[in-house]
Amino acid sequence: MKTFIIKRLIQALAVCLVISMISFFLLFLNADPALVLLPPEAEVEDIAAFKKQMGFDRPIIVQYLDFIGKVIFHADFGNSFVAKVPTLKLLAERVPATLKLTASAVLIANLIAIPLGILAAVRRYSLLDNLSTLIALMGQAMPLYWLGIMLIIVFGVWLGWLPISGSQTLPHLILPAVTLAAYLLPANMRLVRSGMLDVLNQDYIRTARAKGAGEIRVFIVHAFKNAAIPLVIITGLQFSILLGGTVVTETVFAWPGLGRLAVNSILMGDYPVVQAIVIFFSLCVVIGNLLADILAAFIDPRIRQE
Amino acid sequence: MQTGVLETTRQPRALTRPSRIRRLWTKICRLRMGILGGLILLGLLAAALLANWLAPHGPFEQDIMSRLQPPAWMPGGSSEHLLGTDGVGRDLFSRIIHGSRISLAVGLSAVILQVLIGVILGLAAGYYRGWVDSSISFMVNVMLGFPFILLAMSLVAVLGPSLQNIIIALGLTGWPIFTRVTRVEVLKLRDMEFVLAARSLAFSTLRIMSKHILPNILPSILVLATVEVARAIIRESLLSFLGLGIQPPTPSWGAMLAEGRDYMLMQWWLAAFPGLAIFLSALGINLLGDGLRDLIDPHLRKD
Repeated sequence: MKTFIIKRLIQALAVCLVISMISFFLLFLNADPALVLLPPEAEVEDIAAFKKQMGFDRPIIVQYLDFIGKVIFHADFGNSFVAKVPTLKLLAERVPATLKLTASAVLIANLIAIPLGILAAVRRYSLLDNLSTLIALMGQAMPLYWLGIMLIIVFGVWLGWLPISGSQTLPHLILPAVTLAAYLLPANMRLVRSGMLDVLNQDYIRTARAKGAGEIRVFIVHAFKNAAIPLVIITGLQFSILLGGTVVTETVFAWPGLGRLAVNSILMGDYPVVQAIVIFFSLCVVIGNLLADILAAFIDPRIRQE
Repeated sequence: MQTGVLETTRQPRALTRPSRIRRLWTKICRLRMGILGGLILLGLLAAALLANWLAPHGPFEQDIMSRLQPPAWMPGGSSEHLLGTDGVGRDLFSRIIHGSRISLAVGLSAVILQVLIGVILGLAAGYYRGWVDSSISFMVNVMLGFPFILLAMSLVAVLGPSLQNIIIALGLTGWPIFTRVTRVEVLKLRDMEFVLAARSLAFSTLRIMSKHILPNILPSILVLATVEVARAIIRESLLSFLGLGIQPPTPSWGAMLAEGRDYMLMQWWLAAFPGLAIFLSALGINLLGDGLRDLIDPHLRKD
């Protein structure tokens, strides 16, 4: 188990390193930071001097090594071109909002997905089961940002029940969290359903029934506890979907989190910030995958031997 | 003992075979969602191919006098503009019909690119195994660790927003899923008798891959590709919505939605209908994909 974890950890770090390299080259290929930072009327000599001073005239590989060295040893991602403050400070200000949004979305999605998935499996091919299939199909085809805008139009504009942008109070959280939850809901619900269907045919369920356990106890205590394992694992694998979803949701609802910062930074050419967010997001994804792997291996010894 | 158990658990056979028409009907019933999806896709294709004939107005035709008209069935709407008009008086219905061209073009081309990259890498990884497999699998992990939307946005920012570059960006970010599926399928096939036979006949690797392995994995790839077209359409509209896709005034559904967002407080239809077009197209293609999967391989049915 220990070697398994160490091996996966090294792999995960290598993945992060390559991601940082690709995004660094990609972003610095894109535009000349000197042109972003200096006023448009700057003279050619000024630009050259500035580049030399900032180290932008060095070969790109040297620049990358310098960058990643600072990141690893000093947690220094450089300064934002636009805000002129350390990138990490900018990120730290945004993390709580994104965390609040994602946590609420995961909570809402699972609060609906788990009971609905269990019921769909228990009453297979019933109206409810067919309804859950329909929700899953529709969810797969629904553009998230369109759903967000429609929710704004219906609940914010027509009914006037909820605020449509910003993040000051709890009601502000409802629409973005529901939008993001709708993104996770279909997959989670199908997962609970198929997990339950697998488990319900097992011998120990028959044993539990034979011992006289009530149906509800069988479904919740005996079946769901085992069916939940894939759900937990998938939640680890869902990080990339979730973070991609925050980018969209935060943009639609003007939610002051990392996703909106990322979009604005790309549009404004603020590359140190984009770079930091890409690394941060991929770290989250890789760690999520790693936790899912370790958990899966912990539960199923066959995976460890691979 | 063993056989006895099997005997008793076997399902009783139907005494009479259902008639041919009845069997066909059952099959059609089972596939009706897939057929519905196919019809939606046909409608989409027709809209794209016949846009110039179907659309009552040109996609760029402005009529500033009748700007921001509501749909025909609302007070103030006119039958001239079925779904209303936008901020500069362009006919929304016509622009949505023309938008199907962009969506289909991007969806199909991007997925063709994804399949080309993904299947070739998957074949190589599964067939050669060893370090080839390890390095390709590592690349797949890197791609899957990258937050898609940021990678695609950065790529478009580097290349410049245009139809061609969106296709390249979506193609370059979407291939890993094809590599994964192909690799697993090839791993299953490479040690089967017919491949061993081909190898012992000293057929070239290229021949074994293209004539023996590839035809066997094509059905799975086709099913996956269908679903990926829907995803690519949604992603294109998302990039356009974020301002890094097809640029206005070109009628892309995502860009229309982004424009409509500015009017959502009063003129809800400008955001609602382009989004509905994306949703219906993606739904139709997904239904078709599910139907194809049931048709090709009933074992793969999602349950």
